[in-house]
Amino acid sequence: MIFPLSASMEFSHGAELAIALALGIGFGFALERAGFGSARKLTAVFYAYDMAVVKVMFSAVVTTMAGLFLLSTLGLLDLGELYVEPTNLVAQGVGGLLFGAGFLIGGYCPGTSMAAMATGRKDGALFALGMLAGVYAYAEFTPQVDAWYKATALGELTLLSITGIGMGWWTLVFIAVLLGAGWGMTRLERRFSGLRPKA
Amino acid sequence: MNTLTHARPGPARRVADDSAARAYWNPYLAGVFLGLVLLATYLVAGRGLGATAGFAGVATWIAGIVTPDRVQASAVHAKYWNEGAPLINWTLFLLVGALIGAALSGWQGRRFRFTIERGPRVTDGERLALAFGGGFIAACGAKLAKGCTSGQALTGSSILNVGSLVFLLAVFVAGFGLAYFVRKEWL
Repeated sequence: MIFPLSASMEFSHGAELAIALALGIGFGFALERAGFGSARKLTAVFYAYDMAVVKVMFSAVVTTMAGLFLLSTLGLLDLGELYVEPTNLVAQGVGGLLFGAGFLIGGYCPGTSMAAMATGRKDGALFALGMLAGVYAYAEFTPQVDAWYKATALGELTLLSITGIGMGWWTLVFIAVLLGAGWGMTRLERRFSGLRPKA
Repeated sequence: MNTLTHARPGPARRVADDSAARAYWNPYLAGVFLGLVLLATYLVAGRGLGATAGFAGVATWIAGIVTPDRVQASAVHAKYWNEGAPLINWTLFLLVGALIGAALSGWQGRRFRFTIERGPRVTDGERLALAFGGGFIAACGAKLAKGCTSGQALTGSSILNVGSLVFLLAVFVAGFGLAYFVRKEWL
């Protein structure tokens, strides 16, 4: 197995950070190209007149999934070496609700606030400052949540492991859902186009 | 497959003086590109993208300056302390890269604007306060869920992580559920 490279070869500390920087450039470039440096473009998804957030995220997930599946089928990638965050349904459920509220109110998510800052959006900078204050407060006042998370986590849980259905089938399912959702989103956007801000 | 290659006509409209800005990419094309970046991250690093951990590294660095005597007393700060070099943080380098990449893209697309993104019915000051507050709430959610849109929604969903899919659903439930109540901020 060649991939992941982190398992098949030894990177120096400096090389790891250089790789992070290079991947980050691609990440930020993709986010800005998609329009995610703009809070109005991002929050438009919740008013259904521009579903770009779902379109971009969904096609990104499907692309990665298909790539991982193909490379592991060809014997080039060991899926077992990839990091899987342990599932904790309460943490991801409640955390997701909080995060969604913060996303809608703040207008960004952590990654997209970088794209906003980089293109001059002052609200993007304020969101990033709020993020920083939030993680600081979390570390200062609720460090015991980490221990609770570990104690109540269900462990590494994927749809592959709980259904026994292989990644190739799931990739096909996600592609089918994306095609259906793409059709539905076009209709939604047309229906709510009256909410789109006038230029 | 026609919908995947169909380009949306006209430039994206965000602010009144935006006419010179080039249009964004087709969202499906941008998604495929983002997916390839995520795939490359998996193939090289054995893990996906993230963002929140980079903020955590900066927070721990600040704590090390403000309250150096008790920074390692917090289990969370201790995790990001990195033997006194909390800024040498993989995800933070990723975020710095993201700033550079987005700046390049925005510059090439003539989309750089010193502006505040908001609807017409809130003031700049109100919007900035909401941006800060929203960031604070999102940070709490991301810390609790052990990931944000990058680390959970994108990274986890692509390997079909159950917790990540639950997170993704919860984000949209909250967003759509609250959209009506904050419409004044955006519409």
